[in-house]
Amino acid sequence: MYTQGLDVQGASAAEGAKEACASDERFQARVDAEEKIEPKDWMPARYRSTLVRQISQHAHSEIVGMLPEGNWITRAPTLLRKSILIAKVQDEAGHGAYLYSAAETLGVSRDQLIDQLLSGKAKYSSIFNYPTPTWADVGAIGWLVDGAAIMNQIPLCRCSYGPYARAMVRVCREESFHQRQGYDIMLQLARGTAEQKCMAQEALNRWWWPALMMFGPPDAASTHGTESHRWKIKRFSNDELRQKFVDFTVPQAEFLGLTLPDPKLRWNEAEQRHEFGAIDWDEFDRVLKGHGPCNAERLAARRNAHTEGAWVREAAMAYADKQRARALRIGEAR
Amino acid sequence: MNENRHWPLYEVFVRARGGLDHKHVGSLHAADARMAIDHARDLYTRREEGVSIWVVRSTDITASDPREADSLFEPARDKIYRHPTFYDIPDEVKTL
Repeated sequence: MYTQGLDVQGASAAEGAKEACASDERFQARVDAEEKIEPKDWMPARYRSTLVRQISQHAHSEIVGMLPEGNWITRAPTLLRKSILIAKVQDEAGHGAYLYSAAETLGVSRDQLIDQLLSGKAKYSSIFNYPTPTWADVGAIGWLVDGAAIMNQIPLCRCSYGPYARAMVRVCREESFHQRQGYDIMLQLARGTAEQKCMAQEALNRWWWPALMMFGPPDAASTHGTESHRWKIKRFSNDELRQKFVDFTVPQAEFLGLTLPDPKLRWNEAEQRHEFGAIDWDEFDRVLKGHGPCNAERLAARRNAHTEGAWVREAAMAYADKQRARALRIGEAR
Repeated sequence: MNENRHWPLYEVFVRARGGLDHKHVGSLHAADARMAIDHARDLYTRREEGVSIWVVRSTDITASDPREADSLFEPARDKIYRHPTFYDIPDEVKTL
């Protein structure tokens, strides 16, 4: 389950400025008092639009996130691994569904959200535009991508918007399984033959930097941080979370006997943290703008699923209509 | 498909185990109530989180208005005599 600091293309700052000041202050006081905001409560227009954007991007990421791993369901090395992977991918579908529901409480319809994804208008986490050429990539995704997601998501369980926070509690409860099954795959490969260990190392090399990008642009470049902080949608900055992720992950990689692909990575004793090399933000921007290795493939897969599934949705609706009409006739006959 | 042909929204309530109330857990889209139950099983009870599911069309729920919360709940505020601790009973009196 995956969220990313994508909130970069917000609506104009002028929007919402016209909100009644008194309501704004009352709202802020509630947020400051750690009260949860619920769907029918008054909220600033920008709070609503920020949440719709963030929650729907998050939901889209879950849905698109099924694709890179789904690629390996038919080729998982054992029946157990296959069962685990199916369960994991099914969880991602569930996470997408919880989040779409949470977004819908803000007055946007599921169909609008799906349309935004399929038309390419909405963004989703850049990480899913990378390919999964080997089985080890499935391990690396669980360990690093789900690991980074957990780091991002745990603070969201305390988000000021009730439905989002509750969805995140549910998601986080299920997330630990994802990370552990990924690490378990990596562990098995790292303890395997030289070829298997090499496979694990190559997957780690592929996913390390994109995983660090999942925390979003550096704080210095992030313009929307302050507002989200003030509204308690966001509790920690992108860089804080990224640092924490690096500090957690380094010893895990050491235990595997694998090397993180960063020659600048070193422990800073004075600051009690790991220093790491510069992230290629040009690559991040390219992938986000649609020019990653798999952007077109991912969207094509979603569009295809939507189109190919249309008859099923229609048939289910026709069946429901027929049942309703029949029940009505029986009722009238009595 | 035209607009009203989309699957409607259902609210889902799950009883975690026997003896507990059904609790609201979220919502989902389904063509009918039967399908809503099936989807709720897959969506909200993948890890044995429940023994019973209720679904209800979201449009069939009437909710109180948060803007009227003050006037709606205020009448209960000054009736502290409804709580047992309001009454000062001498220590000598037992089992009361």
